[in-house]
Amino acid sequence: MTKVFEKSSAFFDTFERKPSMQKTTHYCPGCGHGTLNKIIADQVAELGIQDRTIYVGPVGCGVFIYYYFEGACASAAHGRASAVATGISRANPDAITVSYQGDGDLAAIGTSNAIHAANRGENMIVFFVNNNIYGMTGGQMAPTTLIDQTSATSPTGRTVKNDGFPLQMAEIIAGLEAPTLVARVGVNNPKNIRQAIKVIKRGFEIQRDKKGYAFIEVLSQCPTNWKKNPVESCKWIDEVVSKQYPFGVFKDIADEREAVERSCERVEFAAVSEQLGLVDTEKESSQQIEMLQDELRFKFAGFGGQGVLSLGMMMAKLAMQRNMQVTWLPSYGPEMRGGVANSSVVVSKNTIGSPIVDNPNVLVALNRPSLVKFGALVPEDGLIIYNSSLIDQIPADLKGQAYALPATDLATEAGSAKAANVVVLGFFAKKTGMFSLDELEGFLRETFKKQALIDINLKAVKAGWQAAKEV
Amino acid sequence: MKKLVKGNEAVVIGALVAGCDAYYGYPITPASEIAHAASEYFLPLGKIFVQAECEVGAINMVYGSASSGLRTMTASSGPGISLKMEGISYLAGAELPCVIVDVQRVGPGLGNIGPEQSDYFQVVKGGGHGDYRAIVLAPASVEETYQMTIEAFDLADKWRTPVFLLTDATLGQMMEPIDIRQEPTQRSDKPWALDTQPESNNNLITSIYIDFDDMETHINQLHAKYKQITDSEARAEVYGADVPDIVLTGYGITGRMLRSAVDLLNEQGINAALVRPQTLWPFPAKVYQEIVKPGVPVLSVELSRGQFVEDVRLSLPGHSVKHYGRVGGNLPEMGELVEQAKLCLQEAKND
Ligand code: SF4
Repeated sequence: MTKVFEKSSAFFDTFERKPSMQKTTHYCPGCGHGTLNKIIADQVAELGIQDRTIYVGPVGCGVFIYYYFEGACASAAHGRASAVATGISRANPDAITVSYQGDGDLAAIGTSNAIHAANRGENMIVFFVNNNIYGMTGGQMAPTTLIDQTSATSPTGRTVKNDGFPLQMAEIIAGLEAPTLVARVGVNNPKNIRQAIKVIKRGFEIQRDKKGYAFIEVLSQCPTNWKKNPVESCKWIDEVVSKQYPFGVFKDIADEREAVERSCERVEFAAVSEQLGLVDTEKESSQQIEMLQDELRFKFAGFGGQGVLSLGMMMAKLAMQRNMQVTWLPSYGPEMRGGVANSSVVVSKNTIGSPIVDNPNVLVALNRPSLVKFGALVPEDGLIIYNSSLIDQIPADLKGQAYALPATDLATEAGSAKAANVVVLGFFAKKTGMFSLDELEGFLRETFKKQALIDINLKAVKAGWQAAKEV
Repeated sequence: MKKLVKGNEAVVIGALVAGCDAYYGYPITPASEIAHAASEYFLPLGKIFVQAECEVGAINMVYGSASSGLRTMTASSGPGISLKMEGISYLAGAELPCVIVDVQRVGPGLGNIGPEQSDYFQVVKGGGHGDYRAIVLAPASVEETYQMTIEAFDLADKWRTPVFLLTDATLGQMMEPIDIRQEPTQRSDKPWALDTQPESNNNLITSIYIDFDDMETHINQLHAKYKQITDSEARAEVYGADVPDIVLTGYGITGRMLRSAVDLLNEQGINAALVRPQTLWPFPAKVYQEIVKPGVPVLSVELSRGQFVEDVRLSLPGHSVKHYGRVGGNLPEMGELVEQAKLCLQEAKND
């Protein structure tokens, strides 16, 4: 007899984390929580997993489980214990992670987090304490409250019409693929307690073996809010509550499953560097580009698919390799509508202030709407390159020096109309003397992976270069 | 070595260099590239990446991994940050280090995906319930985004507190070179963490103190820490004229645009200077007090209708500070900023 009531070694001797009355629990007399806590502690002690066990407490009457369990504990926000336990379990692949939750916590405010932790098959054991009421906040209706049951927020009894049906969490979780153990047990009489011990032990063994997610729903008495004495409460579970929530093991497939190993590695910088593909090619020459102005502010515009974003990016990368300051900014959101996509690039000898290009001194316009939209913004000493393959008429209000380049035609000759952007690159480099043909060719060889594409783009860049010689 | 990357990707690279162990997130524009890059790099390195079921789930997974002593992060944009606020309050209450990135977009409500700086109140002034603070870093370039991400992890560890990195749609989407190299980071010992060693059996991560006196002591301790942070971590970039006739101020992308405006004004013979806070909490009030002499007008610019300016005004009691804001996803043009500065000077003269 004495053995049965011995305090588990997985409990604290005195409840030092409790501010007062450190010899007693905070549970009401006859409450099911105390019995469940004892079974959990016994199983943890028996399996010798106390040091590895990390408990997550909920908001509700289980909030103070950390008073009792001698182990690492975290308290979670209301409903979030399964998400917190996910973070703990992933961080501690060798831990036995326990998420202890009530019915408001798991079946109402935290349903989503609970179901997704189950569905991911997190290595954790979840105790779902179902006493069909909100205990700590004063006996309000829970998703698990029985039809016709009165509560502080269903004073004349729960109705289907207003509140829907009692939520059968164990059955819902058992319907998912990932969980390996799903059961419903009771702690209201010796027979049920013996079964609960068996199932809980099984749950912890599954955790010890890293066999995934275990969900144990526990029908628990709440004499205080049920307004019944402890004896009546235990009887009510057998006679009424368990009719709605039948006991049983709904699923136990742990033996068929492999252990789930998830990694949590600390790596050295070298591994990060390799993963990022950082190779110090020493290619960055210290030789800065000679530019007509200290700062070039580019606008590359055209319709979607003409490669204006990547043309901007190529310009930025080329200039970066020559030790210039660069920024690249894509057009964004509503700007993308109406047939004009654009990217803004700033290339500068000095620190770049605003990356926004309101007044470009270089405009590349690959279609007519782009030229209409941005052309007049380019000042007299600025440069405009427009795609004369698609633009036959130029707006009257242009001030900058405008060059007609049949970019799409030249690109098509080179093998793909999509290379019009690279034609422009060749033209611009030759026109301004900013990059040599060698430099561009080397860059294109690195940028494009497929040989066919490299060939097309090499032809395209040469065609642009040649065209610049001719104007 | 130098790599041309988007601001959002720089966050992830900075996190990797800082030794971040775990990323939990949920997709949202304009922050999604952070999750893309994290999923690309974290998993192959054996680190943790989980796309959570919701923003609330993500921040609570952060809580779990931060409780376990990991360097942990999450990222989102305004609407998602609103959802995370409950969790951030718990992280602050339980003194858990972590890094939270907010790539600001337009609000309120669904707003749109353009740039704005209208999460200032929610991020800098608390946002979640209770009397807490979180450090807020405000980069103005991709390189600074990268550097500040690394720093954010160190600050989080040093002070056992959540640290925000507050960027916006423009900074997140733009590309600039970053110089990636091994950086010295200071990962603190975390004897308080939950792990599988017997030494952690007594460890408890919580923010509940049922006894009122214990709770008051805890809150007072938090605020003693906040005082130390205020005294030691506030900083700002100062740029432009030594003896300015006008001071322009703004943070993030706006601060950076104002740098160009300062150059333009100086070219036009107007002595202008910039104060660009790099920490928004703690706010660099002392820098303002040093730079802004009595009678010198201040123009405060933000992509919101008067949030940031409140802190500028609190830093300069009795001083007149003019606010200019653009919203809806629009950025001011350079001419517009110069115009506003001149107007501000004019108004000061007329006073
Ligand atoms: S209110 Fe109910 S569930 Fe809570 S401790 Fe008391 S009896 Fe137990």
